[in-house]
Amino acid sequence: MADSERELTMSRAMVDAIAHEMRENEEVFYMGEDVADYGGIFDSTQGLLEEFGRDRIMDVPISETGFIGAGVGAAMEGMRPIVELMFADFFGVAMDQIYNNMAKNTYMSGGSVEVPMVLTTAVGGTYNDAAQHSQTLYGTFAHLPGMKVVVPSTAYDAKGLMHNAVRDDDPVVYMFHKRLMGLAWMPAPAGPKTAVPDEDYVIPFGEADVKREGADVTVVTLGLHVHRALDAAETLADEGVDVEVVDLRTLVPLDEETVLESVRKTGRLVVVDEDYRSFGVTGEITALAAENALDDLAAVERVAMPDVPIPYARPLEEEVNPDADAIVDAVRAVAE
Amino acid sequence: MIGVNKLEWMYEQMVTARHYEERLREEYLEGKQPAFDISAGPIPGELHLAAGHEASAAGVCAHLRDEDTVTAPHRPHHVAIAKGVDLKRMTAEIFGRKTGLSKGKGGHMHLFDPDVNFACSGIIAQGVPPAVGAALSAQKRNEDSVAVAFLGEGAIDQGGFFESLNLASVHDLPVVFVVEDNEWAISMPKERVTDVENGAERAEGHHMPGERVDYDDAVAVYDAAEEAVMRARDGNGPTLLELQVHRRMGHFMGDPEGYRPDVDAELAHEHDSIERLEARMRDYDVDESELESIRERAEARVEEAIEWAKEQPEPDPEEAYEDVFSNPASGAVEGGER
Repeated sequence: MADSERELTMSRAMVDAIAHEMRENEEVFYMGEDVADYGGIFDSTQGLLEEFGRDRIMDVPISETGFIGAGVGAAMEGMRPIVELMFADFFGVAMDQIYNNMAKNTYMSGGSVEVPMVLTTAVGGTYNDAAQHSQTLYGTFAHLPGMKVVVPSTAYDAKGLMHNAVRDDDPVVYMFHKRLMGLAWMPAPAGPKTAVPDEDYVIPFGEADVKREGADVTVVTLGLHVHRALDAAETLADEGVDVEVVDLRTLVPLDEETVLESVRKTGRLVVVDEDYRSFGVTGEITALAAENALDDLAAVERVAMPDVPIPYARPLEEEVNPDADAIVDAVRAVAE
Repeated sequence: MIGVNKLEWMYEQMVTARHYEERLREEYLEGKQPAFDISAGPIPGELHLAAGHEASAAGVCAHLRDEDTVTAPHRPHHVAIAKGVDLKRMTAEIFGRKTGLSKGKGGHMHLFDPDVNFACSGIIAQGVPPAVGAALSAQKRNEDSVAVAFLGEGAIDQGGFFESLNLASVHDLPVVFVVEDNEWAISMPKERVTDVENGAERAEGHHMPGERVDYDDAVAVYDAAEEAVMRARDGNGPTLLELQVHRRMGHFMGDPEGYRPDVDAELAHEHDSIERLEARMRDYDVDESELESIRERAEARVEEAIEWAKEQPEPDPEEAYEDVFSNPASGAVEGGER
């Protein structure tokens, strides 16, 4: 097998891009909790300590306000820090540095200041880690202006988006789903492990990816639920419903054109999100379609986490985290 | 001078907690061997076990009453046991059952037992400010109850901890901060991430007493906590304690601990707080049969709780939508609590 055809897990692809950027640019460094010897609780930095040493792969105290804020400061000095927030759920202890400094300094300075920082963070549930360790919070980060928000769903995308994130002069929140990383202790579904070229490449932000073409119903989603939507599409194909699956890949900037093009083609929209239902991605995409393609829009359904903290027990989490069957049901409802 | 009945009480809490963690480890690993899959087996989610931390909880909680508040972090079982949390319902919660403390919604990092004023949070150091709030309530109501916040040594670098120390100190609040130092913040040794070797030194900058207790010594913990709790109860303000403990079972179950030198893990097993306390009790002429009967009683209680928990039903899926609010009706509260 040629190198360009090698298959990688999402975590390996992400690390591949980080290592490449670190070799190319000495100003890139990575800091976070358990990123050195452990290699990241979710394998986000596996093997990097061995190559780059402790000066560039830095374990930091459990002080998110301190080290995320320090990332902002280093970025404003022109360095290119990648800073890891172990779980997106932990943003609560450090949000001021994220949304009042990292995200706003460029604007508040009238464009005279750049913050070329990447904030990596693990998101998502499905493994019963309960209310404080299972959220995606996509909508929260995307709602607040000034940060680019990236959510890869495959290894190929994870690498290209990471290259672009490090090279971007703006702050980028890079949200990787735990269930997609390919962890030995949390088996991933089949989809995220893909062929990944050896050389570097960028996936520009604001380009959604049609992961499956279809004529009857548009499913817009991101992250883990891209794969659940693809599973649902297989089931529905057997029933004669031809589903198009749009993977947003980046929430900020949002590829409105690809979404609208698909909606204009199918006239039927299902938006699927692992984040809370209200005031989030599903409402935003639905509003986008309503504002711009109302005449073409015959039916809309939203499939999302209901507005409850994520429960612990298995039957409860399975109830709230939408599965492929929930997507199938929603597609059937709009296809009727 | 500590009395023999207190030694026996502490011993019982400690052997209960140790046996509990050993048994939970067995239950948790069911279906997870040889390949570890976090979604397999009877216990959902992550599991952070506190084997090696027992002396801290027992020595501190020996001075507490039901109405005193305790908050714990993500590694809470030993503290919950020593505080008198209902063991059966706690175990049912850990197994994700309907009759658990939180009806299966909270899980092992989010245990709440209002009957004994116990709560925990899975976010590092974030159980500390609520303990300060409980102390504030006691002060405002002119009650002599106290609050104790348990946290790990990794949490003493967190902003919420510093802010809590200052707030408690400036208002002379009846709170005791108990840092359990097992030297590891997951994979990060204390020396790499924390600027002080002795965390109790953080007290100095906040004008409160600070004391460190070494060697997993339950009796020394008891003595230090007695002074701290009494000081709080008497209205003389907060104290910071740092207690040396050891992590015997990894950060979480499934932690390969590849980052940890073998000698360090071995040391954790050599420093056994339970053996140390047993030796102390022998000095008090407690005989082997008495120790044995305490152990048997503790183990029977643990077995009973686990057996009961496993027989409990799982929650119904539709229960996921309940309990978001205690007062789910919208609009004004008519004749509500005042």
